[in-house]
This record gives sequence, C-alpha cells and structure tokens, in this order.
Amino acid sequence: MAFVNAHLLSLILFSPLLGALIVLLLPGKNKNLIRRVALVLSIVPFVFTLIAWLGFGNAPVIDGFRYQQQAVWYPAINSSYHLGVDGLSLSMVLLTTLLTPLAILASFSIEDKIKPYMALFLALETGMLGVFLSLDLLLFFVFWEIGLVPMYFLIDQWGSPTGERELWKGMKVSARRYASFKFIVYTMAGSLGLLLAIQMLGVVSGTFDLIALFQSWPSISGTLFGLSAATVKTAAFWAFAIAFAIKIPVWPFHTWLPDAHTEAPTAGSMILAGVLLKLGAYGFLRLVLPLYPEQSHQYAGTLAFLATAAIIFGAFAAFAQRDFKRLVAYSSVNHMGFVVLGIAAAAFAAGSEHANIALNGAVLQMFNHGISAAAMFFLVGVIYERTHTRDLEEWGGLFPLVPVFGGLLIFSSMASLGLPGLGSFVSEFLVVRGAWPVFTVYTALSMLGLLFTGAYVLKGISKTLHGPLNEKWKGHLSEINRREILVLAPLLLFMLWIGFWPAWLLSVINQAVVTLFG
Amino acid sequence: MQFPILSVIVFLPIVVGALLLFLPPKNRKLIYGVALAVGLTAFLLSLVVYFSFDANGPRYQFEEQYAWLPQLGVSYHVAVDGITAPLVLLTGVVIFTGVIISQRIDERPREFFAFLFILASGVFGVFVALDMFALFFFYEIAVFPMYLLIALWGWKQTREYAAMKLTLYLFIGSVIALVGGLAMYFASGLGTFDMVALEAANFSPEFQRLWFPFVFFGFAVLGGIFPFHNWSPDGHVAAPTAVSMFHAGVLMKLGAFAALRVGIMLLPEGARFHLPWIILLTLVNVVYGAFIAMVQTDFKYMIGFSSVSHMGLVSMGFATLNYNGFVGAGVQMFSHGVMTALFFAVVGMVYDQAHTREIPKLGGLVKYMPFVAVAFIIGGLASMGMPGLSGFIAEFPIFMGLWGGGYAWIAIVAAISIAVTAAYILRAVGRVFFGEVPAELEGHMHDITRSEKLALGLFCLIMISVGIFPTLIVPVVQSGVNVILSLVGGA
Repeated sequence: MAFVNAHLLSLILFSPLLGALIVLLLPGKNKNLIRRVALVLSIVPFVFTLIAWLGFGNAPVIDGFRYQQQAVWYPAINSSYHLGVDGLSLSMVLLTTLLTPLAILASFSIEDKIKPYMALFLALETGMLGVFLSLDLLLFFVFWEIGLVPMYFLIDQWGSPTGERELWKGMKVSARRYASFKFIVYTMAGSLGLLLAIQMLGVVSGTFDLIALFQSWPSISGTLFGLSAATVKTAAFWAFAIAFAIKIPVWPFHTWLPDAHTEAPTAGSMILAGVLLKLGAYGFLRLVLPLYPEQSHQYAGTLAFLATAAIIFGAFAAFAQRDFKRLVAYSSVNHMGFVVLGIAAAAFAAGSEHANIALNGAVLQMFNHGISAAAMFFLVGVIYERTHTRDLEEWGGLFPLVPVFGGLLIFSSMASLGLPGLGSFVSEFLVVRGAWPVFTVYTALSMLGLLFTGAYVLKGISKTLHGPLNEKWKGHLSEINRREILVLAPLLLFMLWIGFWPAWLLSVINQAVVTLFG
Repeated sequence: MQFPILSVIVFLPIVVGALLLFLPPKNRKLIYGVALAVGLTAFLLSLVVYFSFDANGPRYQFEEQYAWLPQLGVSYHVAVDGITAPLVLLTGVVIFTGVIISQRIDERPREFFAFLFILASGVFGVFVALDMFALFFFYEIAVFPMYLLIALWGWKQTREYAAMKLTLYLFIGSVIALVGGLAMYFASGLGTFDMVALEAANFSPEFQRLWFPFVFFGFAVLGGIFPFHNWSPDGHVAAPTAVSMFHAGVLMKLGAFAALRVGIMLLPEGARFHLPWIILLTLVNVVYGAFIAMVQTDFKYMIGFSSVSHMGLVSMGFATLNYNGFVGAGVQMFSHGVMTALFFAVVGMVYDQAHTREIPKLGGLVKYMPFVAVAFIIGGLASMGMPGLSGFIAEFPIFMGLWGGGYAWIAIVAAISIAVTAAYILRAVGRVFFGEVPAELEGHMHDITRSEKLALGLFCLIMISVGIFPTLIVPVVQSGVNVILSLVGGA
C-alpha cells in the first residue's frame, strides 16, 4: 500500500500502457479473451483513480498540488518527470479513466484486428492522462502529441468503412482516411506554435517546471529577443491559445471535428468528444490563465466572442445536419462553447466571485459534456450498427420497435439539452450565472443559442423515434442489448447524480479554482 | 597495456574484408556467416565502448597513440569523446544490420562484403581519429568503396551516373578541405597534424576567417548541406540497400562530424564569423528538403530527401554555436542515423518483393509484412519529431539553441518542416502499407525473415529507449559538448 501511495499517479498513468503491452502479447485467435482482458486492464487505472479520489482530502498539498512525484527525465534542458494533481486535473482523470473502460466495452462488437485496436485504445488513455497529470511543460507537450497517434490510427483503420471524399479533379480517398489525415495534420500544425512557444519559454526561464514557471514567467519584463516582453508574451499567448482552441474546438477552428467524429468508430467518437476535446480546455485552465494573466484579461473579449459564435453556429449547424452522427458532432462545438465562455469570463474578471462561479461551471461542464457526449455517440453507434445508416431521413417512428433504446436516447438527449435535474443544467447555469455580469451581451446571445440546442436535440429525437414508421425496419431492428445497456448505465447514473447533487464533484473542483485563481 | 579496443574496431572489418576475398566464391553461406560474425563483433565492441565511456571521465577515453610518419608530425592517434562515442555505436549498429539486410545479395557477395567492410573501417577510423592526417586517410578509405558498391551492385537505371556524381562531389569536397587542413598545418608552425595540439595553435582571426569556409564546406558536402546536397538523393537511390543504410545513416554524419571536428573546433573564430550566414543554408536544407520529399513519388527518393532535411538540422544545431544547439545536433546525428537506416532497410525490403518503388503502385502491404509496417511507422513518427521517440529528444534542443542564439525567426520558419514531414510520412504510410493491394502485387508478397525482423526491431528499440530515457545518450553528448564550448567560447 505504501508503494501504491507513493507512486499513485505513475500507476494511473502507466497502467494503461502496460495493459496495451499485455494485450499485444495475447494469442491473436481468441477474440473474446482479448476483449475481456482489455476490459479488465482498463478498469485498473480507474481503481487507482478511485483510491486517489477517496484519499484526496488527506493527501498533503505542496504548491497547490497533491500526490506529487518528481524524477529525472531530461536534465540537459532542465525538464523533469513531474506529476501532480489538483481538483481540476483529478476530475478530468476521473472522467478519462471512467470513459475508457466503457468505450472498450462499447467496442466489443469490433471484429477486425481486435488486438491492435484494444492496444491503441489503452495507449491513447496513457496519452490523455499524461496531459492531465503533468506538472512540467515539456512533459505536457510530450503527452499532448502522443495522444494524436493512436487516435489517428483508430480513425484511419477502424473508422466507418463507407464514404468517399473527392480531393480535387476526381481524385478520391476514403472518408476515414481524409478525416484522420485532417485530424492529425490540423492538430499537429496547430501545435507547432505551442511547441515554439514552449521552447521559447524554456530558453528564457531555464526550466520547464510549471510551478516555477507560474512564479517567474508572468512577472518577466524588459526586452526578449529584441522585442518588448509584452509583445513576446502576446505572441506566445496566441500560440498557446490557438493550439488549445483547435483542440476544443472553438469556432472557426472546428472544421476538423465533424469529419473526425463522424468517421471515427463509435468508441473513438466517445473518447474524442468525451476526453480529447477537454484537453484543449484543460490547456487553457492549466497553462494559459496562470501563465498569461494579463494577456488573458486583455483578449478575454475576443475569446468570449468566439465562444458565443461557437455556441450559436454550432447549434445552427447541428440543426442543419441529416447525418445523426454529424449532428451530435456539431453539438459538441455548441456545448464546448459554454466551457470557453466560462473561461473567458474568468479570464476577464480573474479573482472575482463571478470568475470563480464561471470557472466552476466551465470545469463541471467539461465533465458533464464528457459524459453526455459519450452517451450520445454511443447511442448513435448502437442504431448505426443495426441499420447501417446514419441518415435521419431513413429512420422514423422507431420508438415502438425499440422502446428501451428510445427511452435511453431521450434521457441522454435531455441531459445534453440541459434539462434541470440532469448534469448539464447545473454547469450551464453556473457558467451563465458567472459570465452574465462580465459579458452580458455575449451571455444573452449564448442563451438564445441554447434555444437552438433544444431545437436540434428534438429534431434528432423526432426524426429517429417519432413520425410515421419506416416500414423497412419492421422485424429487422433488434432492441438494445444487455452489454450496451451496461455501457450506458454508468453514464446515465452520473448525469442524474451530478444533476441532483453536484456538490461531491463541485467541492473538489472549487478547491482547485480557489487555489489557482482565487 | 590495455586492450586496444578502438584499433580492433577500426581494423577488424578491413582485415576480414581482405581475407574474405580468399574464400571460395561459390560458398555463399560461409561468406555470409563470416560477414555476420564480423558485423556482430563490431556491434558488440562498439556497445562495450559506448557503455564503458564515462561521461564524467577525461575528455578522451580508450586513447591509443603510435608514431606513423614522425618526420611529418603524423601519428596514429585514436580515442573517443562524448560526440564520437554515440557515432561509433551507430556505426556498429548499422554494420551489423547492414550485413543482415544484405543476406540476399546474389551477385558476387564476397566482393560486396569486402567493400562494405572497407567502408566500415574508414568510417570507424574517421570517428576515432585525433590526427588530421589519419582523419583524411580514413575519410578517403570510406568514400572510395562507395563508388564500386554503387556502380556494381546498385540500381541498374542510374547506378553509373549516381556513382560518378557522388564520387566527384565528395572527392572535390575533400580536396578543398584538405587544402584547408594543409594551410592549418603550415600556419600553425607546430609541425604536427595532431588535432588536440592544433586546437591550441591560436591561428590569427584573418587566417581563420579565410580558411573556415574551405574546411567547413569541403566536409559539409558529405553532410548534404545546401546547395551541395544534390549528389545525395541520387546516390541513396542508386545504392543497394545496405549501402544506402550506411550512406545516409553513417556517412552523412561523417561529413557533419568532420566539419565540426576540423572546421568549427580548430577554427572557432572562423566559425563565429561565418556560421551566422551558413545557418540560412541549413534552413533551406530543412524546409526545402521537406517540401521536395513531399512531392516525390519514388519511395526511396522521398527518404533520400528527408535525409537532406534532417541532416540540415544537424548543421543548424552546430551553427547556433551554443550548448543546446550542440547537444541537439549530437543526439540528432545518432537518432537520424538509426531512423534513416531503418527507412532504407524498409524501402529495400519492399522493393525486393514488389520490384517497384513508385508509391502509387504500392498498397496494403501491412497484410503481408506487418512487422515492417510497424517499424516504418515508428521510424516515421520519430522523423516527424513525435515525443516519446529519439527524434523529439534531438530536435527540441536544436530549436532551443536557435531561440537562445537569437535566431528566433529561423526557429519559426524551420518548424514548418515538422508539419510537412508529418504530411509526407503519413501519406507514405497510408499509400504503401494500408489501403488496397494492387493486383500486380497480389500473391508475390511474403513476410520478411526472422533475422531481418531482428534488425528492424533493434532500430525501433533504440529509438524508443532514447525517446523515453534521454539520459541514455544525453550525458555522453553533453560531456563532448562541454569541450567544444570551451574551444568556441559561449556558455
């Protein structure tokens, strides 16, 4: 137990990677064995996370972070393996370790190349967890980039098998190749600015340790590289901001998302929407706000504008889709807009009570959207697997055929729409409450955007479940099965739990918000 | 007297190479067996050298010195330092894997391995030489067999052209460098070719500024510096697989290393004077090389140009003349060597079976050779600077060196190459290994042998372990960099 306590974060971080190696060593023929072993292995990090969560209050705090670990990594450039969590990162770790086993359970229907699939999935988990756990800027970047690779292959190899995209002059590629390529090149190109800015920070400060950088970097003044420090910081601020904005994604950097989400396999979409988008928002909270408080304040208005645009355009775009999966994908743009709005408000009014409320809301919204988007993508996957279409016009009136599925779809849709009593209501309310006094006009517009959220969510439900029954599905549509319900049950429980009693999560989040920005 | 391990490493290949010529030409198994034994021995000895090198110890280790031509001040003086220890290991890795990959050479394998081993001895010799005369001597020994290897065993369409072009470029470069070297010998008045002694010669600034470009460019031609890189893609493509591996993996480092050892370290004032504009050439290497690689349809040309791009990073790191830049360049020489040897090995395996290197004519090979696909992907990720692999460990400090040296805008422009590299590598992965298998290839493809898997696995293991544990190599390189910095000045 002493060993576990001393290395808790490393265990959380590397148990999935170790799991990936174990999966690779299994005999290739026995698919069920691979599935089950992968599932069991993916529960291991969740168990470690629970240990961390339960002991969180009693763990000693150093510089605002708990369970810290530090080891030599790259001493020549003063970068070390430094891990630590606060309420903000721990809640994201919980989200990741919760969603991964569910996504793996959701992937049991995959038949093709199951072994590399499961191994990549587990490796992906390590990449995501590393971003949340790192307290070293370089290490953060390492995991930030590593996570792209497994996701690229998951989309490229196991994405939806049909569909083509025309590039130019009749040259065609399969849609999943197009989407995966766009995903990785878009994100990598966006990260180039981040990479350059990190190098620059390292050269100027002589360290990559975040705790040291939080102290030294914001107060640097004078001239750097022949320019005023303020100019350099503004450039670096935008380099960070754009990299994270692409990942969230904020309008107008979102164009990779509908392609990637639509073409990814069901479990891939669950993790993309559930966790990967949060990496961008987490980057804003963990790095941008503490490292660039002045620039964040200065450009918060721009950020709030983009967030509002994302909320409104995301909703409109979702409403316009015929493809159910694309509809859900655009809904992510819409919902993540609220996260960004909360961050912008907090950046502008840092230190005030409104800022803290908005930030609490933003972080809770990250968690809630992770849960509800994963549920929605999974449900779309369930019906796609049975009908082999995602076209809303092809369905209709399915409720009597699949009543349980219908009930679950309505439940999840309501959570994503923000019905009181379910998680998203609490978080969106907090964001709006915090942002209203800061950016009144933008907040008001965003609330109008919420109206359209209702519209597209209802469109999705009515086109699938209601209206005249499309006769061709009669007798061909089987009800959602037990394994699939098992995937959904925890997600629905979390929606209810956070909706009725958000305090268990908010108290942890609030601790971090107060220490960091209070 | 201690065991003369460096002399054994240097002379073992050439001696056995000469003896190989006396074996019966028909007995291919025996020839391959002997060659493999030499490759393995060289690899193991280089491992011993690398891992017993003490990063906190004296500057030069495993030193040996014997008089050679005392009248001229020439001695046989060899040792390794922090920069060359990884390069010796790299050479050991590439000779071992190169022999494995050449198992299927049908045409005169005896002569092939003999020349390959002469080449290897020359390369080892340059890395360990502390005497300028010996360095030139080994340099020429390394360049000369290249001509024969390419002209006799190369790709039939272009081998004569490419062999001639390569040899002329490199000989002209080395002659120019030799003139510079002789100028130093006479100007120093010390009557010695010993480079450790010449470091203290205190050449006048005017002398250094005049002669630095001769020495630097003379050697940097072999490092593929723009605009003298033209020979390298042609040479890589025409060469047989093992020779391409040697060539891009080790020989290009020979050029970069000699430019550092003789140019920058002996003429530091010249370096400080000229490198600020030379860095622009290296920027062209890095960015232009990446774009040219992107438009290639020939798999091997693509890899050839990617080497031009990545070797540009090495010279770029040198040109920053600061600590981070040198550390990065030192690691990059090793990392690029491993990575590109892997690439050429993969290209060779694909070509051997598909008989084409046109990327659009390949496809779906993962079904037949999954191990090759995974190895290529790992190498590709390393080449696009993906964290967790050796390329990132090398490139990151080079960029920090640019920032620290006041070349901020060069860092920004050079970063474009990272995205371009990602694009062409992923395109190649997608087209060659995934997708549909073209009808012409159906049925003739099969998996590679176990020993070939061992070779590829070794490359991957090195890239991953350096990527995860940079301390495996960085302290060694650091100890070498500290010496360089004490010569060129700087932090």
